[in-house]
Amino acid sequence: MTTTTAAHDDHDHHGPAKGIMRWVLTTNHKDIGTMYLWFSFIMLLTGGVMALIIRAELFQPGMQLIEPEFFNQMTTMHGLIMVFGAIMPAFVGLANWMVPMMVGAPDMALPRMNNLSFWILPFAFGMLLLTLFSEAGAPNFGWTFYAPLSTTYAPSSVTYFIFGVHLMGISSIMGAINIVATILNMRAPGMTYMKMPLFVWTWFITAYLLIAVMPVLAGVVTMMLMDIHFGTSFFNAAGGGDPVLFQHLFWFFGHPEVYIMILPAFGIVSHIIPTFSRKPLFGYSSMVYATASIAFLSFIVWAHHMFTVGLPLVTELFFMYATMVIAIPTGVKVFNWVSTMFQGSLTFETPMLFAIAFVILFTIGGFSGLMLASAPADFQYHDTYFVVAHFHYVLVPGALFAIIAGVYFWLPKWCGNYYDEFLGKLHFWLSFIGVNITFFPMHFIGLAGMPRRIPDYALQFADFNAVASVGAFIFGFSQLLFLYIVIKTIRSGKQATPEVWEGADGLEWTLPSPAPYHSFSEPPQVK
Amino acid sequence: MSSKPNVAKSAIKHLFVALAMFGFGFALVPLYDVFCEITGLNGKVTGTVEKVDYTVDTSRTVTVQLLASKNAEMPWRFMALQEQIDLHPGEWKQIGFWASNTTDSDMVSQAVPSITPARAAEYVQKTECFCFQQQPLAAGESKQMNMVFTISPELPEDIQTVSMVYTLFDSTEFADPETVAKLN
Amino acid sequence: MKIRTWLSLSSIALLLSLSSIVKAEWGVNMTEGVTEISQSIYDLHMLIFWICVGIGVVVFGVMFYVMFKHRKSKGAVAAQFDESVTLEWLWTVIPTIILIAMAVPATKTLVEMYDASDAQVDIKITGYQWKWQYDYLGEDVSFFSNLSTSRDAVYNKEEKGENYLLEVDKEVVIPTGQKVRFLITSNDVIHAWWVPEFAVKKDAIPGYVNESWVNVPVGQEGVYRGQCAELCGVDHGFMPIVVRAVSQSDYANWLDEQRAEKEAAALAALGDYSFDELMTTGAEVYAGRCAACHGQNGEGMGSMFPPMVGSDIVLNDVDKHIDILINGVAGSAMQSFAEQLTDVEIAAVITYERNAWGNDTGDIVTPRDIIDARQ
Repeated sequence: MTTTTAAHDDHDHHGPAKGIMRWVLTTNHKDIGTMYLWFSFIMLLTGGVMALIIRAELFQPGMQLIEPEFFNQMTTMHGLIMVFGAIMPAFVGLANWMVPMMVGAPDMALPRMNNLSFWILPFAFGMLLLTLFSEAGAPNFGWTFYAPLSTTYAPSSVTYFIFGVHLMGISSIMGAINIVATILNMRAPGMTYMKMPLFVWTWFITAYLLIAVMPVLAGVVTMMLMDIHFGTSFFNAAGGGDPVLFQHLFWFFGHPEVYIMILPAFGIVSHIIPTFSRKPLFGYSSMVYATASIAFLSFIVWAHHMFTVGLPLVTELFFMYATMVIAIPTGVKVFNWVSTMFQGSLTFETPMLFAIAFVILFTIGGFSGLMLASAPADFQYHDTYFVVAHFHYVLVPGALFAIIAGVYFWLPKWCGNYYDEFLGKLHFWLSFIGVNITFFPMHFIGLAGMPRRIPDYALQFADFNAVASVGAFIFGFSQLLFLYIVIKTIRSGKQATPEVWEGADGLEWTLPSPAPYHSFSEPPQVK
Repeated sequence: MSSKPNVAKSAIKHLFVALAMFGFGFALVPLYDVFCEITGLNGKVTGTVEKVDYTVDTSRTVTVQLLASKNAEMPWRFMALQEQIDLHPGEWKQIGFWASNTTDSDMVSQAVPSITPARAAEYVQKTECFCFQQQPLAAGESKQMNMVFTISPELPEDIQTVSMVYTLFDSTEFADPETVAKLN
Repeated sequence: MKIRTWLSLSSIALLLSLSSIVKAEWGVNMTEGVTEISQSIYDLHMLIFWICVGIGVVVFGVMFYVMFKHRKSKGAVAAQFDESVTLEWLWTVIPTIILIAMAVPATKTLVEMYDASDAQVDIKITGYQWKWQYDYLGEDVSFFSNLSTSRDAVYNKEEKGENYLLEVDKEVVIPTGQKVRFLITSNDVIHAWWVPEFAVKKDAIPGYVNESWVNVPVGQEGVYRGQCAELCGVDHGFMPIVVRAVSQSDYANWLDEQRAEKEAAALAALGDYSFDELMTTGAEVYAGRCAACHGQNGEGMGSMFPPMVGSDIVLNDVDKHIDILINGVAGSAMQSFAEQLTDVEIAAVITYERNAWGNDTGDIVTPRDIIDARQ
């Protein structure tokens, strides 16, 4: 957490207020960033507990611990909480902390809106979680909430779910507008677009994706709301609607959403790898162009989630080709990271370990993505554990590892202390091993034919399910170690230097550690 | 560093983009219908057409399967009077379905058509179909519901069978006043 | 040098172990299936898999080499290059070529999969929460197929059989050597009909009909199992698909049997049944079709599924009871069983519900009552 003394800065004497009201009323980018990060960590643990409930039930064939109905609530809530509550807010938190420091600004462009966009979230998720205690139970139709299961056949808690999604959407859109406004207007003199750090670039593009697709999601849930309560029939065939339309609209949001959760991760890794290779990032401009083209392509591939709904052949082919094309800019990024490492002078501190694991495991997730892109083969993969393995590989050792890497990387800058390197490495190895034991066997059970979202399974899937469950518990509990390390670092630790890391490069490392309450009161000059 | 007005301007500009995208989400609904008409996605066909006198292509015969289906909440009895007919492309035919409201209450139904292979949908032309309107039936009432159609001679040679499925939905709660008036 | 040898050795070992894993029979790879289409999909899958392995070996190989060789602790000094136009072109163009090589066979297979013309047998498949209905078009054969694994096996109260969760009370039978076309639709929510060995997976969507087909080669007669693949509610994991592929003559016989059975059932409804006969049949039907929602002992489940014990309708209103079974209850999960159960079964289960678990009404509902109610 931030320091409570702001004595490092000569001209700016007002530090944060004291007590709880500091956090409620704060407009400071660091305070808000901190709250975002803690919130997302709480959500990570909440969604993680749900994942462990799921994995515990799936440890053996048969129903042991929970009922199928509750199982469906768990899969739905796990997905919603991890996507909207853990990964997205964590990236917004990192952006809040780092974007002003990286562009040489004192704070975010719209500090009051920043406060509001954070404080909406606890209410949105509080409401979503409270449905678990309602008589009807929590939403049980999967995080993709396909109509008509989520409309005509939904539990009554669906209305709370819709309102929750509206709130999350408003929060994300405000956060994104804030970031765009900061990047457009608050850059230090001399920082041209092509001199912006990659984390800023990737977030800049991500923010535009958010502004473009979160409103579409809001539109979709509004249509659901109207179908359920106001007698319209957007998705109800009885009144002239169409359930397939729901899927088109959802995935028009959903696919860019996937990149919203990974582009900032690309940015983080593009800072960490050069730092610990002590070598400039290879192919900066191609990184920027690759990010932009991935973002563009994300709008024209949505129907690859719908290969089995019976699309016409031509449509199917178009989406297959478009999806395959994404492999090219993504490949460029991976090759650039490897080239950055090549002939560097490498050290392996915890952030670097997580970043390297990111590159390898995200690439594995990319490979399974390439396999899924092939429409004929997708008829076998679709809605099986192979898909579960795929998206967990890109989201857990992908997005989540990048977030953890970023936290270790920037933590000394945030609180002025180094974390405990031994414990950090222990956390890495436990996570790395746990993640692979959990998700790699899912490729096998998926290919062998196990559908996703089932509470019980045929006997031939038993062995690998047991393995995956063991891995999940290893992975889940090792995150408590992360919590311990972060708290320990906030309280004590070796005093960090301003540049923190030997190979560090960028404006954020010119500030003292811990960074002052207001980042750059005088704009720095960028050469 | 730039001044506050610029920040406000960017914020408002992007807020409008967000609002426009919200509207775009809704605009996708009619756009999707256009897309379906063009691609024939799952047999969505255009409404009624003017009757065209095609030169009947007697060199080939297409088998048309007529299938009646019901949705969960639809207690009526619903069946095709002929399960299968043969026709030459360009030849107009009338076929019938039989519906019977076996419940104690007046109800309104909507039949949703679907054609497979989807590729064939754009060649199916209907001048009259019970699926164009909601169909009311009083409690215990039965009725024959007709469709007049042809398959255009431009139908690709490799399609020999066309299946037309009508799924009957209970649309009493979506009934328009005119339809309800017919019940009384 | 040592490291390089070690690396190349270990990558060979990795490749070998991978290929032995994928060849193994213990279900770690996609099934090759039994049809031409499933075989070409398997080939596509393996093609992309090996391409990915190849790329992986190169990329990860370089990474591991760098991680061992270019360590600061080994005195590596960082070079300062940060671009190479040639390299960047190279790794844009090469993946493009690889992708085209993947897209061509994929397109070819997809076009074949979409060609359902010239089918000899047409089966309409309707997904229900949580069972499948099969209609043999033009054959006057139609039936429902339910999970036959007992709830006791699911709740670990009895041994799980070999085909646990993949067994049904009535298999769908298809002939080998003929093109069988499936017309797939749904009655309520979206389901997906999937048999891995046929590489057939299609969503069943209310109001839509989707088309798919299979041609099981002669000689591949056997039983093929699959599951619903799209989340469709609480019992999504409990609606398997079992297809029995038989020779064409066996298929013709089977169709005759089905029609004979149907006539027999119609005749049976006109016969007389004792209370005990109805109770025995009723108990079976209840356990198979009703217990999942209304409880093993009629105790109901949650607010959605009312109990049978002490219910006003069950104890008093016989007509309403019959009406609910025949027409279902609009706006609830209770569907019409008019087409799913025979007259005898409906009569039996109503009699059972009215006399089991202390509901001792003494009422007997006969198949004739059901025939009358259906009019």
